[in-house]
Amino acid sequence: MHQQIAVSLGVDVGSTTAKLVIYEDGCRVYEKYERHLSQVRQKCLEMLSDAAPYLAGKRLKIAFSGSAGLGLAEALAIPFVQEVYATGETVKRLAPDTSAVVELGGEDAKVIFFEGGTDERMNGTCAGGTGAFIDQMATLLDLTPEEMDSLSLKHERLYPIASRCGVFAKTDIQPLLNQGARKEDLAASIYQAVVNQTIAGLAQGRKIAGKVMFLGGPLYYNYGLRERFVKTLKLSPEEAIFPAYGLYAVAIGAAMYAEGQGAEFGYEELLEKLDAARAVKRVASAIPPLFENEADYEAFLARHNRATVKTASIADYRGDAYLGIDCGSTTTKLVLMSESREILYTYYNSNRGNPVQIVREQLEQIYSLCGDRIRICGSTVTGYGEDLILHAFRLDHGIVETMAHFTAARYFDPNVDFILDIGGQDIKCFKIADGAIDSIMLNEACSSGCGSFIETFARSMGYDTPTFARLALFAKAPVSLGTRCTVFMNSSVKQAQKDGAPVSDISAGLSMSVVKNAIYKVIRATSPEALGKNVVVQGGTFLNDAVLRSFERELGRNVTRPTIAGLMGAYGAALYAQSQSKGASTILTPDELSAFTHTAQAVTCNKCTNHCQLTVNSFGGGKKYVSGNKCERGAGIPADAIRALPNLHQYKRDLLAALPQKSGTRGRIGLPLALGMYELLPLWHALFTELGFEVVTSGFSSRELYAKGQYSIPSDTACYPAKLMHGHIETLIDRRVDYIFYPSLTYNVIEGEMDNHYNCPVVAYYSELLKSNMDSLDPDRFLYPYLNINDPRILARGLRRALSQKGIAVSVGEMRSAVAAGFAAYHAHMESIRREGERAVAEARAQGKRVMILAGRPYHIDPEIGHGIDKLASSLGFVVVSEDSVAHLGHAGKVGVLNQWTYHARLDNAAAFAAENPDVELVQLVSFGCGIDAITTDAVHGILQRRGKLYTQIKIDEITNLGAVKIRLRSLLGALAEREAKHE
Amino acid sequence: MNKEKPSYPIFTEDMKKDYTILVPTMIPLQIGLLTAVMRRYGYNTKMLENSGSGVIERGLKYVHNDICYPAQLVIGQLMEAVESGEYDTDKLALLITQTGGGCRASNYIHLLRRALATAGYGHIPVISLNFSSIEKGAAFKMTPSILYQMMQAVLYGDLLMSLKNQTRPYTRDVDQLDAVIEKWMEKLEAELLHGKISRRRVRQNYRCILRDFSAIPRTGEARRLRVGIVGEIFVKFSPLGNNNLEEFLVKEGAEVVLPGFFDFCFYCVYNSLVDRRLYGTNALVAAVYRIVYRLMLSRQKEIIRIMKKESDYMPPTPFDHTATLSDGFLDNGMKMGEGWLLTAEMVELIESGVESIVCAQPFGCLPNHIAGKGMMKPMKEKYKNVNIVAIDYDSGASRINQENRIKLMLANARDVAGQKEKGATIPEKEKTPV
Repeated sequence: MHQQIAVSLGVDVGSTTAKLVIYEDGCRVYEKYERHLSQVRQKCLEMLSDAAPYLAGKRLKIAFSGSAGLGLAEALAIPFVQEVYATGETVKRLAPDTSAVVELGGEDAKVIFFEGGTDERMNGTCAGGTGAFIDQMATLLDLTPEEMDSLSLKHERLYPIASRCGVFAKTDIQPLLNQGARKEDLAASIYQAVVNQTIAGLAQGRKIAGKVMFLGGPLYYNYGLRERFVKTLKLSPEEAIFPAYGLYAVAIGAAMYAEGQGAEFGYEELLEKLDAARAVKRVASAIPPLFENEADYEAFLARHNRATVKTASIADYRGDAYLGIDCGSTTTKLVLMSESREILYTYYNSNRGNPVQIVREQLEQIYSLCGDRIRICGSTVTGYGEDLILHAFRLDHGIVETMAHFTAARYFDPNVDFILDIGGQDIKCFKIADGAIDSIMLNEACSSGCGSFIETFARSMGYDTPTFARLALFAKAPVSLGTRCTVFMNSSVKQAQKDGAPVSDISAGLSMSVVKNAIYKVIRATSPEALGKNVVVQGGTFLNDAVLRSFERELGRNVTRPTIAGLMGAYGAALYAQSQSKGASTILTPDELSAFTHTAQAVTCNKCTNHCQLTVNSFGGGKKYVSGNKCERGAGIPADAIRALPNLHQYKRDLLAALPQKSGTRGRIGLPLALGMYELLPLWHALFTELGFEVVTSGFSSRELYAKGQYSIPSDTACYPAKLMHGHIETLIDRRVDYIFYPSLTYNVIEGEMDNHYNCPVVAYYSELLKSNMDSLDPDRFLYPYLNINDPRILARGLRRALSQKGIAVSVGEMRSAVAAGFAAYHAHMESIRREGERAVAEARAQGKRVMILAGRPYHIDPEIGHGIDKLASSLGFVVVSEDSVAHLGHAGKVGVLNQWTYHARLDNAAAFAAENPDVELVQLVSFGCGIDAITTDAVHGILQRRGKLYTQIKIDEITNLGAVKIRLRSLLGALAEREAKHE
Repeated sequence: MNKEKPSYPIFTEDMKKDYTILVPTMIPLQIGLLTAVMRRYGYNTKMLENSGSGVIERGLKYVHNDICYPAQLVIGQLMEAVESGEYDTDKLALLITQTGGGCRASNYIHLLRRALATAGYGHIPVISLNFSSIEKGAAFKMTPSILYQMMQAVLYGDLLMSLKNQTRPYTRDVDQLDAVIEKWMEKLEAELLHGKISRRRVRQNYRCILRDFSAIPRTGEARRLRVGIVGEIFVKFSPLGNNNLEEFLVKEGAEVVLPGFFDFCFYCVYNSLVDRRLYGTNALVAAVYRIVYRLMLSRQKEIIRIMKKESDYMPPTPFDHTATLSDGFLDNGMKMGEGWLLTAEMVELIESGVESIVCAQPFGCLPNHIAGKGMMKPMKEKYKNVNIVAIDYDSGASRINQENRIKLMLANARDVAGQKEKGATIPEKEKTPV
């Protein structure tokens, strides 16, 4: 007989929380929301057991939902409903007049549009987390999520923070923190980044308007986030709905779905099933445990504890001492060292978003411990916060962190030939040859899954880092989690949770991922021999024994981990202070220190188009330090002092900006200054001017321009230069041009001997994407013909055809002479760049300056794409030239890859030029997401390496973390100086 | 630098006699038959079957991690085989495809050579399988007759794949289906290897294949939700590349529709004709390609005719029609990667009633920014009921994320198709939670 079923359950197990609702007789009688700390099965069992008063003895219908519910539903043979679908059902039932839903979960973001047919969207795999992201950011600010929320409501300004994914945002926030930005403003900016990401990544051009419902944990709990959404979407209070069931929408949808399903279960039967599932064996992973047993671990510890520094008691020591400070991205480290290099005092802790305050406290502490017995005779600071601390406390020296680490490592092992440092946010590796740094590798912005990554993961699972690390040591079956960036690891962890992996196995897996990431992504080694014979590892992350063990195992050999692995930067700085000491230190005296004050104020610099967000730090007594500036002008240095050295990037920008805008009879034609247009603007400009068009360009890019077009970007993994194109088109539309021209160019110009002369697919065909995704772009006014630019005759034919389709008749003769004028202008342009390149090199030689080929693609000279790195290099004393200005001076020949892209060929030849000239260095700019550059970087690296030259690559994206770039360029300078010293 | 002689070893004529040539798996059926053709012409080829974590580990180790996932898998698979000790590495050559297009896939071969050199196997020659006369000089010649046989192999392979996909969800007996496929693979391989390949024989084979598949007993289940797969050529076809996507979809109760590999071959030939139109390339070359194109078309239409006449199976879409389908979305000049074909195949699927589509690509695939993800908005605008989900594949991407998104697509598709059982109504009376 069919029994009347009146009880239905919906269980929503997301990436971080589990939600349960019970319906009885059509009424919601019970709901529960808890963090599951990745103990998915255990937590479900608990929650169901807790609900016994409502369920005992009953038969019920049940459905699971949520990313972590999937595996459980499969294992138990219980119905499963996809969570976005479940939300849609809930809203359709409970609030049918809703126009759109924005739901943020632990790691997923979803948008549902109801009008004109339900359209449900989820973030792609790269868009990063939301709830987990907010938690991570709170950790970074040293706040609880609740504190962050309430602070954010008191913000005064918003900083632009990359909204693409957590890792990028972190790269933006960290320098702001180190520069002393207010936490109130940062908190609100973080929420704004989430909002921007949701709108840009999910709405993709579709307007979120009408009655909008906001669901999910982050939007339920964070009022600051709500505020940012409402403000950004310009919703009235009636339009923005935050329902009481905001946390349970998915679970409710699952319960509704359950109701419609056939299967029913007895409550007790269900509990038994869950209990059994808890014990289900996972498929054993192939990875053996890190340590077989305690003895194994003890031996390992004993071996590593031999690499140590002597300590002396600060209470007894009498004499001179040297202070080293390493103000890192997330932690601040201090070492006070005696004359005989014993450690007197150390400090290692999170900088809690305010390194100045910490250093001040520590200095006071040190002074009180030193008394009159100890005199500080030298002080050096290194790390991200170097400039800030140097100025705040008037230290003697600042050194670039790579040099600090090398100095310390050399102390432990004079024969060291490889150093790997994994810190809070950076991975740094250097090879040492002949006692000098030979090559430096740093992690790119994308893969910074380092120390802070394990730390935030540990916290999200409810552990402190040391406990979390200890769990890993004897994990029985570590899980394999991949080697990509944090975002990917998040989802890999989710997968492991789904498979029922215990925390210990996940922790072990994470430590292996960090190691593999370093070896395969950053160092890109293929064998242990490639690293070197004497490897020293350091950085706070290596204090984690699981990471160290994983590294040795992956390498297949033992390495040296100094007991002060976390303090190596500070110790190296102290050693440096000693070596440079002139007997007394300039550091603030105890009296000055007690009078020390520090305030930070945010201002916008208006001295050039970059409009840098400056932080002005005041230290009392009129002392100031400005940070956040991309060039020296922000710091108050006059412009003419900076432009003294030749800078080909600037020269090229000036050439493009100087192209005249003449009024014409045939109408106004807009050329978006992005992607391939950076190369061919002189050609098209002259050609259309000759034809009688008024040529209007969109000008250089800016953050505002990007924001203008951001909403219509369909692929969030495309490169930044491509994404900017949308803003350029919007700008041209705003300028009311009659036509917009961006041709589809499969092939670029032929230059010298090459296998082929392609453009990359994005440069070649982005026009097709623009036409299909930008509603504001009128197809009747958009010209994007497929053209052959290597044959004037065919080009003329193609252009005439394209124009006639828009009703513009141009005679053959007219077009041919316009094409001729275009090519003449283009060739003159390129020739002038080459002449200027030669002139710059000659001038550098005359002045005894180094030349830097800041190489990339033509559009990398854009101030927004290049982030002013050219100016930074100039300020460091380099004469900056571009790849196309010196490519004709070098000859790369066969490069071991298929040399089939025009821009690529230039890079190779420019590299050959650098390889042949001792005073020329090459730094390659690579856009994140550039598939072609995965090939060119290897080719360029190879050319330089064969001639023993250093290769530096800088990955750029939306992020504007010039701090990291500066470290790289300064490390390069440091390494060059050391090499030179060796030769003399 | 010496530009005359390449710095890598060349596959020479005398290597043919005792060298084993390893071929990576891409599309098991089609590549299996293609290797038979190569053996017929004296190339001792062997299609690899290794998969699993060793493959991607090798890939990550030897290939730049920012390069696309297919490169990591293909090179990882070959390197694992080379290092397995199973083969005499002094008598070994590797084969890899090279499209010569503007996408980075043209450079896989160089990445493979570098990987070999790094691993200490720099002496192993790598053969480029391409149709654009790159890497001339190696003793691996694409003669008209070998190309003709290869075309036949692909046609057979596509037929088997299509019939398998159309039978699998509806059969009671998967073993029997597998047995039929195995039987025909053996038979066709043997024929391609030794037999005389007459036109009559081919047509007869088609008929027998159709008959054998039709004879497999069905459950009588109603037509399932059909889900099309388009995308980057490797992750579209290779179970290694797409986490067994086909199997997952079948398990989720769908029928998989996979446009054939022959279309991609067609696309490569067709692009040469477009190049003539757009860039004024050599007329003679274009004329040759036009002949090839016509031949391919007639062979495809032959199969379509026979399928229609002899069976209820859905035949492939004739390519001269497919080639028109991207009109209104993007130009046929968009020829890098899968280019316009990817967009055209979406329309092709929609036209044949398949409105649920998985667009599969490696993470960060350049051409797919345009032809895949870039075309979804207009596609959804033009075809209201269409349900497309873009899935990125990568060594670090988790399967659960991918499957969760596909599940969402399926749930919506079922809704649209009206297949979903009516959910019971739960009137909402707010009760205070306890």
